[in-house]
Amino acid sequence: MAADNDKRFDGKQPDAQDAVIRVRGLVTRFGPQVVHDGLDLDVRRGEVLGVVGGSGTGKSVLLKEILGLIRPADGRIELLGRDTADLPEAERVTLQARTGVLFQNGALFSSMTVAENVMVPLKEHTDLSAALAAEIARVKIAMSGLPPNAGAKFPAELSGGMVKRAGLARALALDPDILFLDEPTAGLDPIGAAAFDQLIRNLQRSLGLTVFMVTHDLDSLTSICDRIAVLVDKKIRVGTLEQHLRDPHPWIHDYFHGPRGRAARHAES
Amino acid sequence: MARERAWLESSRADGGGGGGGGWMLTALGHWDLKAAGSLSGALDRFALDGGGTVSLDLSRLDAMDTVGAYLLSTLADRLKAAGHAVDLAAVRPEHAALFDAVRKVGPAPVERAETPRPILDMLERTGRTAVDGLREGRDLLSFLGLITITFGRLLLNPRRLRFRAVMFHIEQTGLNALPILGLLSFLIGVVLAFQGADQLRRFGAELFVVNLLGVSILREIGILMTAIIVAGRSGSAFTAQIGTMKVNQEVDAISTLGLDVVELLVVPRALALMITLPLLAFYADIMGLFGGAVMSYATLDITFGQFIRQLHGAVTLPHFLVGLVKAPVFALVIAMVGCYEGLKVSGSAESVGTLTTKSVVESIFLVIVLDAVFSVLFSFLRL
Repeated sequence: MAADNDKRFDGKQPDAQDAVIRVRGLVTRFGPQVVHDGLDLDVRRGEVLGVVGGSGTGKSVLLKEILGLIRPADGRIELLGRDTADLPEAERVTLQARTGVLFQNGALFSSMTVAENVMVPLKEHTDLSAALAAEIARVKIAMSGLPPNAGAKFPAELSGGMVKRAGLARALALDPDILFLDEPTAGLDPIGAAAFDQLIRNLQRSLGLTVFMVTHDLDSLTSICDRIAVLVDKKIRVGTLEQHLRDPHPWIHDYFHGPRGRAARHAES
Repeated sequence: MARERAWLESSRADGGGGGGGGWMLTALGHWDLKAAGSLSGALDRFALDGGGTVSLDLSRLDAMDTVGAYLLSTLADRLKAAGHAVDLAAVRPEHAALFDAVRKVGPAPVERAETPRPILDMLERTGRTAVDGLREGRDLLSFLGLITITFGRLLLNPRRLRFRAVMFHIEQTGLNALPILGLLSFLIGVVLAFQGADQLRRFGAELFVVNLLGVSILREIGILMTAIIVAGRSGSAFTAQIGTMKVNQEVDAISTLGLDVVELLVVPRALALMITLPLLAFYADIMGLFGGAVMSYATLDITFGQFIRQLHGAVTLPHFLVGLVKAPVFALVIAMVGCYEGLKVSGSAESVGTLTTKSVVESIFLVIVLDAVFSVLFSFLRL
């Protein structure tokens, strides 16, 4: 099914051809309030894209629109080459199986153990035997950096950092192409946050993931993001950290040149 | 596609280890989730003759994901366990990171298999349930003590009472319950009159349907119906409200702000219910009798005038008071159980649901048990 979007047309928009997420002319409205107005965005295969923006600029809304949880007022969203707007049910399910999401607070099913949480997508979307599914869940839990005994625990028994790792294990259960992260390091201590950043980087490399990460964490931006998308003026500006540092737009300038931004860059260099 | 999605080719390699040369295993195709179902079955049966080195060649794979890496890794482990020396050198660089990550996870820890002991397990469960029940009873009793102490403190210093909260809960538990309670009581009256009339007609004693209605509704059914409906409506609401506050750490916030959780959350609810339940019970009595009167008129031609006259003779003030005096006690039990279960909620959304169910079942159970106790008591007092 990925065959047609893997084709290359020589010279024509190499960027767009390689985009696993393509957003065109996105408009989002809540009543009279316009959140996005003609927003364009391309996320390239295999990159880690950090999405930043002030409160209320619609970062999480954008994430939900790409995931199909909210319908935009106007515009086109393509995920892995398919228009997400009017997909038949079967294709929508296939597409969902190729994306993994880590919600801000983990969103683990509280009535199930961590291992059962990870096994939910495996049971739902594959024909693996129960024993093999349990083994795969164990591998994912270990790859997410949780101790072996975490699988039998319930979400209420886990610390905040462990909940995020368990959520990550569930998001990665089906080896998705794209991983969506909503503020993955929010609420973690700096050491835990740095370790989580590193974990995401390692998993991204070993699993060949494309990562779409909504974040406020300047350290994450400087240490693991290949490109940064900034939501300003109801549109989005994408570039590397260096490009944003030269951007004269007042909000972007304040964001990257503020005391915290400077500190994060110093720590990096 | 005619071919399998993923497969393994084995061939004898020259040289290799000591005797008989080694094996060359080449993994081909897409080793991923889709292939895993058929692969894992085949791999479980897979074995190689003789010993010697096995070279596992992964360099010609079309694709590999975590499941594929896991299957290949367990294959290597099994071959090692079977006495082969395994060489894993041939991995493509883009697969190496994933393969290494999965290798690092290692095999599952060996779990102690528990021997089944059905009879002992059943005994253990029975004991546990009994002890839990007793503990619950003890905790409820100490919670009742806590409420009483807080009540006493508020009596000494009535300005600390949250008057607005009490009014709010009176509206929620009392006023808003009127339609459903009225309708149900009316229908119960209708049913009672109908069934009673059917039986009494055989003796030509139709008029005594009024006695039946008056005594049963005023003494028992009015208050019992009210208590059960309020337990289902308001007791569950108390548990869910307080439970959700507990999940949101609002209860913790109340404590850290130096406020008393019982004073703030429990007493207003208990007080409101103790005020409303007698009123609701009275209302249910009236509606039940009204339903009975309507049915008596429809099926037995007893006019309202006759009904009232007969009722006047059949029912005395103690009948009415015996019913009503139970109301504040039931109210306290319902509010206490509702709040207690709400405060027991821990972290998860699921526990709110479980404890809400438990609160309703427990309060209805206690209401009926107490009703039986009251019956015995009143019969001793000859009321």
